[in-house]
Amino acid sequence: MPDSSLAEYEVVRGKARSFYPRYERKEELQHQTHFCPGCGHGTIHKMVAAAIDELGVQDRSIMVGPVGCSVFTYYYFDVGNVQAAHGRAPAVATAIRRSRPHGIVISYQGDGDLSAIGSAEILHAANRGENITVIFVNNAIYSMTGGQAAPTTLLGQKSTTTPNGRSAAREGYPLHVSELLATLDAPVYIERVGLGDNRQIVQAARAIRRGIEYQVRGLGFSLIEVLSPCPTIWKMSPVDAQHWVRDVMEKTFPLGVFVDRAHDRLPAPPPSAAPTLADLPHLLGVADQDLPEGHAHALSGDLPVDLQVRIAGFGGQGVLLLGEVLAEAGLDAGLEVSWLPSYGPEMRSGTSNCHVRIARGAIDSPLVATPGVLVAMNEPSLRKFDLSVRPGGWVIYNGDEFPADCRRQGVRVLALPFTRLADAMGDKRAANMIMLGAVLEIAAILPRQSIGAALRRLVKNPRWVELDERAIARGRELLRQALAEG
Amino acid sequence: MTDEKKPDRGLLRIDDEECKGCGLCIEACPPRVISMSERLNHFGYRTAFYKGSGCTACGVCFMVCPEPGAITVLRLATPALATSAPETVACASN
Ligand SMILES: Cc1ncc(C[n+]2csc(CCOP(=O)(O)OP(=O)(O)O)c2C)c(N)n1
Ligand code: SF4
Ligand code: SF4
Repeated sequence: MPDSSLAEYEVVRGKARSFYPRYERKEELQHQTHFCPGCGHGTIHKMVAAAIDELGVQDRSIMVGPVGCSVFTYYYFDVGNVQAAHGRAPAVATAIRRSRPHGIVISYQGDGDLSAIGSAEILHAANRGENITVIFVNNAIYSMTGGQAAPTTLLGQKSTTTPNGRSAAREGYPLHVSELLATLDAPVYIERVGLGDNRQIVQAARAIRRGIEYQVRGLGFSLIEVLSPCPTIWKMSPVDAQHWVRDVMEKTFPLGVFVDRAHDRLPAPPPSAAPTLADLPHLLGVADQDLPEGHAHALSGDLPVDLQVRIAGFGGQGVLLLGEVLAEAGLDAGLEVSWLPSYGPEMRSGTSNCHVRIARGAIDSPLVATPGVLVAMNEPSLRKFDLSVRPGGWVIYNGDEFPADCRRQGVRVLALPFTRLADAMGDKRAANMIMLGAVLEIAAILPRQSIGAALRRLVKNPRWVELDERAIARGRELLRQALAEG
Repeated sequence: MTDEKKPDRGLLRIDDEECKGCGLCIEACPPRVISMSERLNHFGYRTAFYKGSGCTACGVCFMVCPEPGAITVLRLATPALATSAPETVACASN
Protein backbone atom coordinates (compact mmCIF):
# COMPACT_ATOMS: atom_id res chain seq x y z
CA MET A 1 0.00 0.00 0.00
CA PRO A 2 1.24 3.52 -0.72
CA ASP A 3 1.84 5.60 2.31
CA SER A 4 -1.16 7.83 2.58
CA SER A 5 -0.89 9.03 6.15
CA LEU A 6 -3.34 11.93 6.27
CA ALA A 7 -0.80 14.44 7.48
CA GLU A 8 0.58 14.67 3.99
CA TYR A 9 -2.73 15.23 2.24
CA GLU A 10 -4.95 18.27 2.01
CA VAL A 11 -8.61 18.42 1.10
CA VAL A 12 -9.17 19.69 -2.44
CA ARG A 13 -12.84 18.78 -2.82
CA GLY A 14 -15.17 18.49 0.13
CA LYS A 15 -18.50 19.58 1.48
CA ALA A 16 -19.14 23.25 0.76
CA ARG A 17 -19.23 25.69 3.66
CA SER A 18 -22.50 27.03 2.28
CA PHE A 19 -24.21 23.80 3.32
CA TYR A 20 -25.26 23.24 6.89
CA PRO A 21 -23.10 20.62 8.60
CA ARG A 22 -26.31 18.78 9.51
CA TYR A 23 -29.79 19.28 8.10
CA GLU A 24 -32.94 19.99 10.02
CA ARG A 25 -34.61 16.81 8.84
CA LYS A 26 -36.02 13.77 10.57
CA GLU A 27 -33.80 12.69 13.41
CA GLU A 28 -32.00 9.82 11.70
CA LEU A 29 -31.56 11.47 8.30
CA GLN A 30 -29.88 14.72 9.20
CA HIS A 31 -26.60 13.76 7.56
CA GLN A 32 -27.95 13.17 4.05
CA THR A 33 -30.27 14.88 1.56
CA HIS A 34 -33.82 13.76 0.82
CA PHE A 35 -32.98 13.22 -2.85
CA CYS A 36 -33.10 9.77 -4.45
CA PRO A 37 -29.79 8.10 -5.30
CA GLY A 38 -28.38 9.65 -8.47
CA CYS A 39 -30.75 12.64 -8.49
CA GLY A 40 -29.43 15.62 -10.42
CA HIS A 41 -30.82 18.06 -7.86
CA GLY A 42 -28.13 17.02 -5.36
CA THR A 43 -25.35 17.52 -7.88
CA ILE A 44 -26.72 20.94 -8.82
CA HIS A 45 -27.12 21.93 -5.16
CA LYS A 46 -23.42 21.20 -4.74
CA MET A 47 -22.49 23.36 -7.72
CA VAL A 48 -24.51 26.26 -6.35
CA ALA A 49 -22.99 25.89 -2.89
CA ALA A 50 -19.47 25.66 -4.31
CA ALA A 51 -20.04 28.81 -6.37
CA ILE A 52 -21.33 30.70 -3.33
CA ASP A 53 -18.24 29.57 -1.40
CA GLU A 54 -15.83 30.51 -4.15
CA LEU A 55 -17.39 33.93 -4.71
CA GLY A 56 -17.37 34.60 -0.97
CA VAL A 57 -21.02 35.65 -0.84
CA GLN A 58 -22.51 33.19 1.64
CA ASP A 59 -23.37 35.97 4.09
CA ARG A 60 -25.47 37.85 1.58
CA SER A 61 -26.94 35.04 -0.49
CA ILE A 62 -30.65 34.37 -0.42
CA MET A 63 -32.04 31.22 -1.98
CA VAL A 64 -35.60 31.18 -3.24
CA GLY A 65 -36.81 27.59 -3.28
CA PRO A 66 -39.54 26.20 -5.51
CA VAL A 67 -42.31 23.66 -5.23
CA GLY A 68 -41.12 20.29 -6.49
CA CYS A 69 -38.56 17.74 -5.38
CA SER A 70 -36.18 20.55 -4.49
CA VAL A 71 -38.67 22.30 -2.22
CA PHE A 72 -36.33 21.85 0.77
CA THR A 73 -33.49 24.12 -0.32
CA TYR A 74 -33.76 25.60 3.16
CA TYR A 75 -32.77 22.30 4.74
CA TYR A 76 -29.41 22.42 3.07
CA PHE A 77 -28.16 25.89 2.16
CA ASP A 78 -26.76 27.85 5.06
CA VAL A 79 -27.83 31.15 3.49
CA GLY A 80 -31.03 33.19 3.64
CA ASN A 81 -33.93 31.05 2.48
CA VAL A 82 -37.43 31.74 1.24
CA GLN A 83 -39.71 29.08 -0.19
CA ALA A 84 -42.03 30.45 -2.85
CA ALA A 85 -45.45 29.33 -4.04
CA HIS A 86 -45.38 27.08 -7.10
CA GLY A 87 -43.76 28.91 -10.04
CA ARG A 88 -43.55 32.25 -8.24
CA ALA A 89 -39.87 32.13 -7.29
CA PRO A 90 -38.78 34.76 -9.86
CA ALA A 91 -41.37 37.21 -8.54
CA VAL A 92 -40.31 36.53 -4.95
CA ALA A 93 -36.66 36.82 -5.97
CA THR A 94 -37.42 40.15 -7.64
CA ALA A 95 -38.92 41.53 -4.46
CA ILE A 96 -36.04 40.30 -2.34
CA ARG A 97 -33.38 41.59 -4.72
CA ARG A 98 -34.99 45.01 -4.92
CA SER A 99 -35.52 45.38 -1.22
CA ARG A 100 -32.06 44.02 -0.36
CA PRO A 101 -29.85 45.53 -3.00
CA HIS A 102 -26.73 43.89 -1.59
CA GLY A 103 -28.30 40.44 -1.57
CA ILE A 104 -27.27 37.73 -4.00
CA VAL A 105 -30.58 36.15 -4.91
CA ILE A 106 -30.80 32.73 -6.49
CA SER A 107 -34.09 31.38 -7.78
CA TYR A 108 -33.91 27.57 -7.90
CA GLN A 109 -36.69 25.97 -9.93
CA GLY A 110 -37.74 22.76 -11.62
CA ASP A 111 -39.18 22.56 -15.13
CA GLY A 112 -42.75 22.07 -13.95
CA ASP A 113 -42.36 24.99 -11.58
CA LEU A 114 -40.66 27.33 -14.04
CA SER A 115 -42.04 26.39 -17.43
CA ALA A 116 -45.63 25.43 -16.60
CA ILE A 117 -47.32 27.18 -13.69
CA GLY A 118 -44.55 29.78 -13.43
CA SER A 119 -44.13 30.60 -17.11
CA ALA A 120 -45.38 34.16 -16.69
CA GLU A 121 -43.15 34.96 -13.73
CA ILE A 122 -39.94 33.81 -15.38
CA LEU A 123 -40.76 35.57 -18.64
CA HIS A 124 -41.32 38.93 -17.00
CA ALA A 125 -38.45 38.67 -14.54
CA ALA A 126 -36.16 37.94 -17.49
CA ASN A 127 -37.70 40.71 -19.54
CA ARG A 128 -37.21 43.19 -16.72
CA GLY A 129 -33.62 42.06 -16.48
CA GLU A 130 -33.84 41.52 -12.74
CA ASN A 131 -30.40 41.13 -11.26
CA ILE A 132 -31.01 37.56 -10.13
CA THR A 133 -29.62 34.15 -11.02
CA VAL A 134 -32.09 31.44 -11.98
CA ILE A 135 -31.08 27.80 -11.77
CA PHE A 136 -33.56 25.95 -13.97
CA VAL A 137 -33.48 22.21 -13.38
CA ASN A 138 -34.98 20.50 -16.40
CA ASN A 139 -35.69 16.83 -15.83
CA ALA A 140 -38.45 16.73 -18.45
CA ILE A 141 -41.11 15.67 -15.95
CA TYR A 142 -43.04 16.58 -12.79
CA SER A 143 -41.14 14.36 -10.42
CA MET A 144 -42.45 15.25 -7.01
CA THR A 145 -46.03 14.50 -7.94
CA GLY A 146 -45.17 11.17 -9.50
CA GLY A 147 -44.36 11.77 -13.15
CA GLN A 148 -46.93 13.87 -15.00
CA ALA A 149 -45.84 15.46 -18.27
CA ALA A 150 -44.20 18.88 -18.12
CA PRO A 151 -44.00 21.41 -20.95
CA THR A 152 -40.43 20.10 -21.35
CA THR A 153 -41.38 16.42 -21.71
CA LEU A 154 -39.83 15.02 -24.87
CA LEU A 155 -41.88 13.95 -27.87
CA GLY A 156 -42.65 10.29 -27.41
CA GLN A 157 -41.70 10.36 -23.71
CA LYS A 158 -44.13 8.42 -21.55
CA SER A 159 -45.50 9.98 -18.41
CA THR A 160 -48.57 9.35 -16.29
CA THR A 161 -50.44 11.96 -18.33
CA THR A 162 -48.97 10.89 -21.70
CA PRO A 163 -49.13 7.11 -21.24
CA ASN A 164 -48.54 6.47 -24.93
CA GLY A 165 -45.80 9.06 -25.21
CA ARG A 166 -46.06 12.80 -25.75
CA SER A 167 -47.57 13.64 -29.10
CA ALA A 168 -47.04 17.03 -30.70
CA ALA A 169 -50.59 16.99 -32.01
CA ARG A 170 -52.09 16.46 -28.56
CA GLU A 171 -49.67 18.03 -26.10
CA GLY A 172 -47.62 20.35 -28.27
CA TYR A 173 -43.86 20.41 -28.62
CA PRO A 174 -41.30 20.50 -25.80
CA LEU A 175 -40.90 24.08 -24.62
CA HIS A 176 -37.42 25.52 -25.19
CA VAL A 177 -37.25 27.96 -22.33
CA SER A 178 -33.66 29.06 -22.81
CA GLU A 179 -34.17 29.74 -26.52
CA LEU A 180 -37.41 31.63 -25.80
CA LEU A 181 -35.84 33.84 -23.15
CA ALA A 182 -32.85 34.43 -25.38
CA THR A 183 -35.09 36.42 -27.72
CA LEU A 184 -35.43 39.07 -25.01
CA ASP A 185 -33.10 42.05 -24.87
CA ALA A 186 -32.59 42.20 -21.13
CA PRO A 187 -30.97 38.92 -19.99
CA VAL A 188 -27.21 39.04 -19.62
CA TYR A 189 -26.53 35.32 -19.62
CA ILE A 190 -28.46 32.22 -20.64
CA GLU A 191 -26.82 28.86 -21.02
CA ARG A 192 -28.08 25.30 -21.19
CA VAL A 193 -25.82 22.70 -19.64
CA GLY A 194 -26.29 19.04 -18.77
CA LEU A 195 -25.33 16.42 -16.25
CA GLY A 196 -24.89 13.76 -18.94
CA ASP A 197 -21.20 12.93 -18.40
CA ASN A 198 -18.06 14.22 -16.71
CA ARG A 199 -17.38 16.84 -19.33
CA GLN A 200 -20.93 18.21 -19.19
CA ILE A 201 -20.86 18.24 -15.40
CA VAL A 202 -17.67 20.27 -15.27
CA GLN A 203 -19.19 22.76 -17.74
CA ALA A 204 -22.41 22.92 -15.69
CA ALA A 205 -20.45 23.89 -12.59
CA ARG A 206 -18.68 26.63 -14.55
CA ALA A 207 -21.93 28.00 -15.93
CA ILE A 208 -23.59 28.11 -12.51
CA ARG A 209 -20.62 29.92 -11.09
CA ARG A 210 -20.67 32.39 -13.96
CA GLY A 211 -24.38 33.08 -13.52
CA ILE A 212 -23.87 33.93 -9.87
CA GLU A 213 -20.70 35.88 -10.54
CA TYR A 214 -22.51 38.09 -13.06
CA GLN A 215 -25.05 38.93 -10.38
CA VAL A 216 -22.27 39.77 -7.94
CA ARG A 217 -20.92 42.12 -10.61
CA GLY A 218 -24.38 43.67 -10.97
CA LEU A 219 -24.74 42.75 -14.65
CA GLY A 220 -28.37 41.59 -14.63
CA PHE A 221 -30.48 38.52 -15.26
CA SER A 222 -28.90 35.09 -15.71
CA LEU A 223 -30.52 31.72 -16.25
CA ILE A 224 -28.72 28.41 -16.33
CA GLU A 225 -30.83 25.54 -17.57
CA VAL A 226 -29.48 22.21 -16.38
CA LEU A 227 -30.61 18.96 -18.03
CA SER A 228 -30.81 16.81 -14.96
CA PRO A 229 -31.44 13.12 -14.36
CA CYS A 230 -34.40 11.85 -12.38
CA PRO A 231 -33.65 8.13 -12.15
CA THR A 232 -36.72 7.41 -10.05
CA ILE A 233 -39.44 8.74 -12.32
CA TRP A 234 -37.56 7.86 -15.48
CA LYS A 235 -37.32 4.33 -14.06
CA MET A 236 -33.63 4.00 -14.87
CA SER A 237 -30.49 3.25 -12.94
CA PRO A 238 -28.59 6.42 -11.97
CA VAL A 239 -25.90 5.67 -14.55
CA ASP A 240 -28.43 5.00 -17.33
CA ALA A 241 -30.30 8.16 -16.41
CA GLN A 242 -27.08 10.14 -16.65
CA HIS A 243 -26.44 8.75 -20.12
CA TRP A 244 -30.04 9.42 -21.16
CA VAL A 245 -29.40 13.10 -20.53
CA ARG A 246 -26.50 13.05 -22.95
CA ASP A 247 -27.78 10.59 -25.53
CA VAL A 248 -31.48 11.46 -25.67
CA MET A 249 -32.41 14.67 -23.86
CA GLU A 250 -29.66 16.69 -25.40
CA LYS A 251 -31.05 16.00 -28.89
CA THR A 252 -34.20 17.94 -28.02
CA PHE A 253 -32.41 20.46 -25.81
CA PRO A 254 -29.04 21.32 -27.36
CA LEU A 255 -26.45 22.57 -24.92
CA GLY A 256 -24.74 25.88 -25.33
CA VAL A 257 -24.59 29.56 -24.52
CA PHE A 258 -27.63 31.38 -25.91
CA VAL A 259 -26.80 34.80 -24.52
CA ASP A 260 -23.70 36.25 -22.93
CA ARG A 261 -23.78 40.02 -22.91
CA ALA A 262 -21.38 40.49 -20.02
CA HIS A 263 -18.96 42.41 -22.21
CA ASP A 264 -21.58 44.95 -23.30
CA ARG A 265 -23.04 45.49 -19.88
CA LEU A 266 -22.10 48.13 -17.42
CA PRO A 267 -22.42 47.01 -13.84
CA ALA A 268 -25.45 48.53 -12.13
CA PRO A 269 -24.35 51.45 -9.92
CA PRO A 270 -23.92 50.40 -6.30
CA PRO A 271 -27.28 50.65 -4.58
CA SER A 272 -27.82 53.78 -2.56
CA ALA A 273 -28.97 53.48 1.00
CA ALA A 274 -32.72 53.03 1.42
CA PRO A 275 -34.49 56.29 2.39
CA THR A 276 -35.32 56.72 6.04
CA LEU A 277 -38.91 56.61 7.19
CA ALA A 278 -38.78 60.33 7.88
CA ASP A 279 -37.75 61.08 4.29
CA LEU A 280 -40.56 59.07 2.72
CA PRO A 281 -43.39 61.66 2.77
CA HIS A 282 -41.11 64.18 1.10
CA LEU A 283 -40.01 61.65 -1.55
CA LEU A 284 -43.63 60.71 -2.20
CA GLY A 285 -44.68 64.34 -2.43
CA VAL A 286 -47.09 64.17 0.52
CA ALA A 287 -47.86 67.62 1.91
CA ASP A 288 -47.34 68.22 5.64
CA GLN A 289 -51.00 68.79 6.41
CA ASP A 290 -51.89 65.41 4.85
CA LEU A 291 -49.52 63.44 7.04
CA PRO A 292 -51.15 61.07 9.50
CA GLU A 293 -50.83 62.23 13.04
CA GLY A 294 -49.19 58.85 13.78
CA HIS A 295 -48.47 58.11 17.42
CA ALA A 296 -50.27 61.30 18.35
CA HIS A 297 -52.03 59.72 21.30
CA ALA A 298 -49.60 56.93 22.05
CA LEU A 299 -50.82 54.51 24.65
CA SER A 300 -48.74 54.50 27.75
CA GLY A 301 -47.99 51.43 29.80
CA ASP A 302 -46.90 48.08 28.56
CA LEU A 303 -49.97 45.90 29.01
CA PRO A 304 -50.01 43.34 26.25
CA VAL A 305 -52.45 44.22 23.50
CA ASP A 306 -53.60 41.73 20.90
CA LEU A 307 -57.01 42.61 19.53
CA GLN A 308 -58.23 40.42 16.68
CA VAL A 309 -61.46 41.42 14.99
CA ARG A 310 -63.32 40.01 12.01
CA ILE A 311 -65.99 42.20 10.44
CA ALA A 312 -68.38 40.68 7.92
CA GLY A 313 -71.40 41.86 6.02
CA PHE A 314 -72.78 42.72 2.63
CA GLY A 315 -71.21 45.28 0.33
CA GLY A 316 -72.37 48.77 1.26
CA GLN A 317 -72.79 48.00 4.97
CA GLY A 318 -69.55 49.75 5.88
CA VAL A 319 -67.61 46.63 6.77
CA LEU A 320 -64.31 47.85 5.40
CA LEU A 321 -64.67 51.37 6.82
CA LEU A 322 -65.39 49.99 10.29
CA GLY A 323 -62.15 48.02 10.06
CA GLU A 324 -60.23 50.97 8.73
CA VAL A 325 -61.33 53.30 11.51
CA LEU A 326 -60.32 50.67 14.04
CA ALA A 327 -56.91 50.14 12.45
CA GLU A 328 -56.27 53.85 11.91
CA ALA A 329 -57.10 54.52 15.57
CA GLY A 330 -54.64 51.80 16.53
CA LEU A 331 -51.95 53.51 14.46
CA ASP A 332 -52.78 56.81 16.08
CA ALA A 333 -52.31 55.16 19.46
CA GLY A 334 -48.83 54.05 18.46
CA LEU A 335 -49.69 50.36 18.14
CA GLU A 336 -48.91 47.84 15.44
CA VAL A 337 -51.94 47.27 13.21
CA SER A 338 -53.00 45.28 10.19
CA TRP A 339 -56.15 45.67 8.10
CA LEU A 340 -56.86 43.04 5.52
CA PRO A 341 -59.96 43.40 3.36
CA SER A 342 -61.24 40.21 1.85
CA TYR A 343 -63.73 40.48 -0.93
CA GLY A 344 -64.09 38.66 -4.16
CA PRO A 345 -66.35 39.49 -7.03
CA GLU A 346 -68.87 40.41 -4.30
CA MET A 347 -67.24 43.81 -3.86
CA ARG A 348 -70.42 45.56 -4.98
CA SER A 349 -72.97 43.27 -3.38
CA GLY A 350 -72.83 39.96 -1.58
CA THR A 351 -70.54 39.33 1.36
CA SER A 352 -67.32 41.03 2.17
CA ASN A 353 -65.25 40.92 5.29
CA CYS A 354 -62.10 42.26 6.77
CA HIS A 355 -59.52 41.24 9.31
CA VAL A 356 -58.14 43.76 11.80
CA ARG A 357 -55.33 43.14 14.24
CA ILE A 358 -54.05 45.64 16.77
CA ALA A 359 -51.12 44.65 18.90
CA ARG A 360 -48.34 46.13 20.92
CA GLY A 361 -45.73 43.79 19.45
CA ALA A 362 -45.05 42.86 15.84
CA ILE A 363 -47.95 41.19 14.02
CA ASP A 364 -46.99 37.86 12.49
CA SER A 365 -49.92 37.53 10.11
CA PRO A 366 -52.73 39.86 9.10
CA LEU A 367 -55.15 36.93 8.99
CA VAL A 368 -57.63 36.69 11.81
CA ALA A 369 -58.57 33.03 11.88
CA THR A 370 -60.01 32.98 15.41
CA PRO A 371 -61.39 36.43 16.17
CA GLY A 372 -61.81 37.73 19.68
CA VAL A 373 -64.64 39.89 18.35
CA LEU A 374 -66.84 39.10 15.37
CA VAL A 375 -68.96 41.89 13.94
CA ALA A 376 -71.66 40.35 11.76
CA MET A 377 -73.87 42.70 9.78
CA ASN A 378 -76.37 40.02 8.86
CA GLU A 379 -77.24 36.37 9.33
CA PRO A 380 -75.27 34.86 6.41
CA SER A 381 -72.14 36.61 7.67
CA LEU A 382 -72.80 35.38 11.19
CA ARG A 383 -73.22 31.82 9.99
CA LYS A 384 -70.05 32.01 7.97
CA PHE A 385 -67.85 32.97 10.91
CA ASP A 386 -69.61 32.26 14.21
CA LEU A 387 -67.76 29.01 14.86
CA SER A 388 -64.41 30.74 14.46
CA VAL A 389 -64.89 33.05 17.46
CA ARG A 390 -62.56 32.07 20.24
CA PRO A 391 -63.88 31.13 23.70
CA GLY A 392 -64.26 34.25 25.82
CA GLY A 393 -64.89 36.26 22.66
CA TRP A 394 -67.79 38.43 21.53
CA VAL A 395 -70.25 38.46 18.65
CA ILE A 396 -71.83 41.81 17.76
CA TYR A 397 -74.80 40.94 15.60
CA ASN A 398 -77.04 43.20 13.54
CA GLY A 399 -80.51 41.62 13.76
CA ASP A 400 -83.67 41.51 15.79
CA GLU A 401 -83.02 38.09 17.14
CA PHE A 402 -79.85 36.09 17.48
CA PRO A 403 -80.34 32.65 15.86
CA ALA A 404 -80.59 30.18 18.74
CA ASP A 405 -78.46 27.55 17.02
CA CYS A 406 -75.57 30.02 16.81
CA ARG A 407 -75.35 30.42 20.57
CA ARG A 408 -72.22 28.94 22.05
CA GLN A 409 -70.98 28.41 25.53
CA GLY A 410 -68.30 30.94 26.41
CA VAL A 411 -69.03 33.33 23.56
CA ARG A 412 -70.93 36.49 24.51
CA VAL A 413 -73.41 38.12 22.20
CA LEU A 414 -74.73 41.64 21.65
CA ALA A 415 -77.58 41.26 19.17
CA LEU A 416 -79.54 44.41 18.27
CA PRO A 417 -81.18 45.84 15.16
CA PHE A 418 -78.30 48.28 14.66
CA THR A 419 -79.53 49.36 11.24
CA ARG A 420 -82.86 50.51 12.75
CA LEU A 421 -81.10 52.22 15.64
CA ALA A 422 -78.91 54.09 13.17
CA ASP A 423 -81.91 55.05 11.09
CA ALA A 424 -83.46 56.58 14.17
CA MET A 425 -80.28 58.59 14.74
CA GLY A 426 -80.41 60.08 11.26
CA ASP A 427 -78.95 57.62 8.73
CA LYS A 428 -79.04 53.84 8.63
CA ARG A 429 -75.55 53.80 7.15
CA ALA A 430 -74.18 54.68 10.59
CA ALA A 431 -75.04 51.15 11.83
CA ASN A 432 -71.42 50.14 11.38
CA MET A 433 -70.29 52.95 13.69
CA ILE A 434 -72.71 51.94 16.44
CA MET A 435 -71.26 48.46 16.21
CA LEU A 436 -67.75 49.92 16.23
CA GLY A 437 -68.67 51.68 19.48
CA ALA A 438 -69.50 48.30 20.99
CA VAL A 439 -66.18 46.86 19.80
CA LEU A 440 -64.28 49.81 21.31
CA GLU A 441 -66.07 49.38 24.60
CA ILE A 442 -65.15 45.68 24.66
CA ALA A 443 -61.54 46.21 23.69
CA ALA A 444 -61.08 49.30 25.85
CA ILE A 445 -57.56 49.89 24.62
CA LEU A 446 -57.88 52.76 22.22
CA PRO A 447 -57.96 56.32 23.56
CA ARG A 448 -61.01 58.35 22.51
CA GLN A 449 -58.82 60.99 20.88
CA SER A 450 -57.40 58.31 18.59
CA ILE A 451 -60.89 57.31 17.43
CA GLY A 452 -61.72 60.95 16.76
CA ALA A 453 -58.50 61.46 14.86
CA ALA A 454 -59.09 58.32 12.79
CA LEU A 455 -62.65 59.36 11.94
CA ARG A 456 -61.60 62.84 10.86
CA ARG A 457 -58.87 61.37 8.69
CA LEU A 458 -61.05 58.76 7.00
CA VAL A 459 -64.51 60.26 6.90
CA LYS A 460 -63.62 63.89 6.19
CA ASN A 461 -67.20 65.25 5.76
CA PRO A 462 -67.85 67.04 9.10
CA ARG A 463 -71.56 66.19 9.08
CA TRP A 464 -70.72 62.49 8.90
CA VAL A 465 -67.95 62.76 11.48
CA GLU A 466 -70.45 64.26 13.89
CA LEU A 467 -73.03 61.52 13.23
CA ASP A 468 -70.40 58.79 13.47
CA GLU A 469 -69.12 60.10 16.78
CA ARG A 470 -72.64 60.04 18.19
CA ALA A 471 -73.14 56.55 16.75
CA ILE A 472 -69.94 55.30 18.39
CA ALA A 473 -70.98 56.80 21.72
CA ARG A 474 -74.34 55.07 21.36
CA GLY A 475 -72.63 51.74 20.66
CA ARG A 476 -70.50 52.08 23.78
CA GLU A 477 -73.58 52.83 25.81
CA LEU A 478 -75.48 49.83 24.39
CA LEU A 479 -72.66 47.51 25.29
CA ARG A 480 -72.42 48.90 28.82
CA GLN A 481 -76.17 48.41 29.21
CA ALA A 482 -75.94 44.87 27.99
CA LEU A 483 -73.14 44.15 30.47
CA ALA A 484 -75.14 45.75 33.28
CA GLU A 485 -78.13 43.58 32.42
CA GLY A 486 -75.80 40.55 32.48
CA MET B 1 4.51 -3.17 3.29
CA THR B 2 6.00 -1.69 0.14
CA ASP B 3 6.86 1.61 1.70
CA GLU B 4 9.35 2.34 -1.03
CA LYS B 5 6.54 3.02 -3.54
CA LYS B 6 5.78 6.69 -4.28
CA PRO B 7 2.62 7.76 -2.47
CA ASP B 8 -0.48 8.37 -4.62
CA ARG B 9 -1.22 11.93 -5.67
CA GLY B 10 -4.77 11.58 -4.47
CA LEU B 11 -6.72 10.06 -1.65
CA LEU B 12 -10.41 9.52 -1.25
CA ARG B 13 -12.67 9.48 1.78
CA ILE B 14 -16.20 8.20 1.38
CA ASP B 15 -18.72 8.56 4.18
CA ASP B 16 -20.61 5.32 3.93
CA GLU B 17 -23.48 6.61 6.03
CA GLU B 18 -24.12 9.48 3.59
CA CYS B 19 -23.46 7.53 0.37
CA LYS B 20 -26.62 6.16 -1.25
CA GLY B 21 -24.83 3.87 -3.64
CA CYS B 22 -25.94 5.53 -6.89
CA GLY B 23 -22.67 4.42 -8.50
CA LEU B 24 -22.09 7.63 -10.46
CA CYS B 25 -18.61 8.10 -8.97
CA ILE B 26 -17.62 4.57 -9.93
CA GLU B 27 -18.62 5.31 -13.51
CA ALA B 28 -16.94 8.73 -13.50
CA CYS B 29 -13.53 7.87 -12.05
CA PRO B 30 -10.97 7.90 -14.89
CA PRO B 31 -8.53 5.41 -13.28
CA ARG B 32 -11.52 3.38 -11.96
CA VAL B 33 -10.38 3.21 -8.38
CA ILE B 34 -13.83 3.25 -6.76
CA SER B 35 -15.94 0.16 -6.25
CA MET B 36 -19.28 -0.85 -4.72
CA SER B 37 -19.43 -2.61 -1.39
CA GLU B 38 -21.24 -5.88 -0.89
CA ARG B 39 -22.20 -4.82 2.61
CA LEU B 40 -25.34 -2.74 3.16
CA ASN B 41 -25.08 0.33 5.34
CA HIS B 42 -27.47 1.27 8.14
CA PHE B 43 -29.96 2.64 5.58
CA GLY B 44 -29.91 -0.43 3.40
CA TYR B 45 -27.70 0.93 0.64
CA ARG B 46 -24.62 -0.68 -0.85
CA THR B 47 -22.06 2.09 -0.80
CA ALA B 48 -19.10 3.18 -2.85
CA PHE B 49 -15.62 2.60 -1.44
CA TYR B 50 -12.12 3.57 -2.47
CA LYS B 51 -10.11 0.61 -3.62
CA GLY B 52 -7.18 2.04 -1.71
CA SER B 53 -4.74 3.17 -4.36
CA GLY B 54 -4.49 4.92 -7.69
CA CYS B 55 -6.44 8.13 -6.99
CA THR B 56 -5.12 11.14 -8.89
CA ALA B 57 -7.14 13.71 -6.94
CA CYS B 58 -8.86 14.86 -10.14
CA GLY B 59 -12.05 15.51 -8.15
CA VAL B 60 -14.51 14.25 -10.76
CA CYS B 61 -16.12 11.77 -8.38
CA PHE B 62 -16.88 14.62 -5.99
CA MET B 63 -18.54 16.64 -8.72
CA VAL B 64 -20.81 13.90 -10.03
CA CYS B 65 -21.85 12.74 -6.55
CA PRO B 66 -25.25 14.17 -5.58
CA GLU B 67 -24.54 14.11 -1.85
CA PRO B 68 -22.91 17.21 -0.39
CA GLY B 69 -20.49 15.48 1.95
CA ALA B 70 -20.32 11.82 0.94
CA ILE B 71 -17.02 12.21 -0.91
CA THR B 72 -13.94 14.15 0.14
CA VAL B 73 -10.97 14.27 -2.20
CA LEU B 74 -7.53 14.91 -0.79
CA ARG B 75 -4.31 15.67 -2.59
CA LEU B 76 -0.73 15.01 -1.67
CA ALA B 77 0.62 18.19 -0.20
CA THR B 78 3.95 18.71 -1.89
CA PRO B 79 5.12 22.21 -2.78
CA ALA B 80 5.27 21.43 -6.50
CA LEU B 81 1.76 20.01 -6.64
CA ALA B 82 0.23 22.58 -4.37
CA THR B 83 0.66 25.28 -7.00
CA SER B 84 -1.77 23.72 -9.48
CA ALA B 85 -5.27 25.06 -8.97
CA PRO B 86 -7.83 22.68 -7.48
CA GLU B 87 -10.19 23.67 -10.33
CA THR B 88 -8.09 21.69 -12.78
CA VAL B 89 -10.22 18.66 -13.38
CA ALA B 90 -9.49 15.83 -15.75
CA CYS B 91 -12.51 15.72 -18.01
CA ALA B 92 -12.18 12.17 -19.19
CA SER B 93 -15.65 11.50 -20.46
CA ASN B 94 -17.32 8.35 -19.29
C1 LIG C 1 -50.26 25.67 -6.82
C2 LIG C 1 -49.82 24.27 -6.87
N1 LIG C 1 -50.19 23.49 -7.92
C3 LIG C 1 -49.78 22.20 -7.98
C4 LIG C 1 -48.99 21.68 -7.01
C5 LIG C 1 -48.56 20.23 -7.10
N2 LIG C 1 -47.17 20.08 -7.48
C6 LIG C 1 -46.22 19.88 -6.55
S1 LIG C 1 -44.71 19.64 -7.23
C7 LIG C 1 -45.33 19.81 -8.79
C8 LIG C 1 -44.47 19.67 -10.02
C9 LIG C 1 -43.03 19.86 -9.79
O1 LIG C 1 -42.33 19.56 -10.95
P1 LIG C 1 -40.94 20.22 -11.27
O2 LIG C 1 -41.00 21.68 -11.11
O3 LIG C 1 -40.51 19.71 -12.61
O4 LIG C 1 -39.97 19.71 -10.12
P2 LIG C 1 -39.35 18.27 -9.85
O5 LIG C 1 -40.19 17.64 -8.81
O6 LIG C 1 -39.36 17.52 -11.15
O7 LIG C 1 -37.96 18.55 -9.38
C10 LIG C 1 -46.70 20.05 -8.76
C11 LIG C 1 -47.54 20.21 -9.96
C12 LIG C 1 -48.62 22.52 -5.93
N3 LIG C 1 -47.85 22.09 -4.94
N4 LIG C 1 -49.04 23.80 -5.88
S1 SF4 D 1 -37.99 11.78 -7.86
FE1 SF4 D 1 -36.43 12.38 -9.33
S2 SF4 D 1 -36.14 14.61 -9.07
FE2 SF4 D 1 -37.24 13.83 -7.28
S3 SF4 D 1 -35.64 13.40 -5.75
FE3 SF4 D 1 -36.03 11.48 -6.84
S4 SF4 D 1 -34.55 11.45 -8.52
FE4 SF4 D 1 -34.66 13.56 -7.75
S1 SF4 E 1 -10.63 12.00 -7.30
FE1 SF4 E 1 -10.65 11.30 -9.45
S2 SF4 E 1 -9.18 9.61 -9.48
FE2 SF4 E 1 -9.65 9.98 -7.33
S3 SF4 E 1 -11.32 8.57 -6.91
FE3 SF4 E 1 -12.29 10.53 -7.46
S4 SF4 E 1 -12.64 10.32 -9.67
FE4 SF4 E 1 -11.18 8.70 -9.12
